[in-house]
Amino acid sequence: MTLMERKEAAPTRSDTELTRQARQFVPDVDIYETEDSLMLIADMPGVKADRLNVRLEKSILTIHGEVGTPDVGERNLIGAEYETGNYYRAFTLSEEIDQDRIEANLKNGVLTLRLPKAARAKARRIQVAAE
Amino acid sequence: MAANRWGVSDPWREARQLQHEMASLFDSVFGKREQASPPCNVFAGEDDLLITCEVPGVSMEKLSICVIGDTLSIEGERKPEEVERSAYHRRERHTGPFRRSIHLPARVNADQVSAEYHDGVLNVTLPKAAEEKPRRIEIKAS
Repeated sequence: MTLMERKEAAPTRSDTELTRQARQFVPDVDIYETEDSLMLIADMPGVKADRLNVRLEKSILTIHGEVGTPDVGERNLIGAEYETGNYYRAFTLSEEIDQDRIEANLKNGVLTLRLPKAARAKARRIQVAAE
Repeated sequence: MAANRWGVSDPWREARQLQHEMASLFDSVFGKREQASPPCNVFAGEDDLLITCEVPGVSMEKLSICVIGDTLSIEGERKPEEVERSAYHRRERHTGPFRRSIHLPARVNADQVSAEYHDGVLNVTLPKAAEEKPRRIEIKAS
């Protein structure tokens, strides 16, 4: 454990490797549940909205944010406490989520995701046709 | 003095290495401890210093930066989410007030310090004081 490894390195997806040589970190998250939604808040400093990718596929939620190399001009790094790199994290959701109503908001490097729970009755009621 | 790969000497290197060793010793005994927060990187240019700091989720009004002598201090607060009657599944993000003091490796002109905050990253540019800037000396041919 060194100071540079403050951010936890993220594993790459299954056994694949990234084509680009870039560092990947696990963003810190808070997840809480309200009556009608699951809320996920992730710290992703340096990520711009157009470089953020949130996907929900087969109950796997993935968050991927790209951070470009910071522009420091002609300066040299003389003291480092953090490294920059992309953020990646995946979660398996146990609740059914209404995919069409997911809201994502990125502000000051913090992603807020609202994942509305799917109406249970709607999801579970199966019409059985009687003959 | 240790030199890095580009042959430029790095006066912080040894201190950093010692810090790493101490940190890993503490970690092995007490488990992972809190890190210096928020983390900052320091860059030095010919005319100025640039300090970048990862402070996501802090509103501008809650951030204050101050230069006293050769110390830069960054203060702010990360407000916790207002969560009503709900259960946390995970809680990894830090909240609360924070304060960092960074020793500046060169004298700066405190009047001309500027700061920007974008996407949760704070950039503080500190122009070096006139006496710290390199001066080109002309060589006269006789």
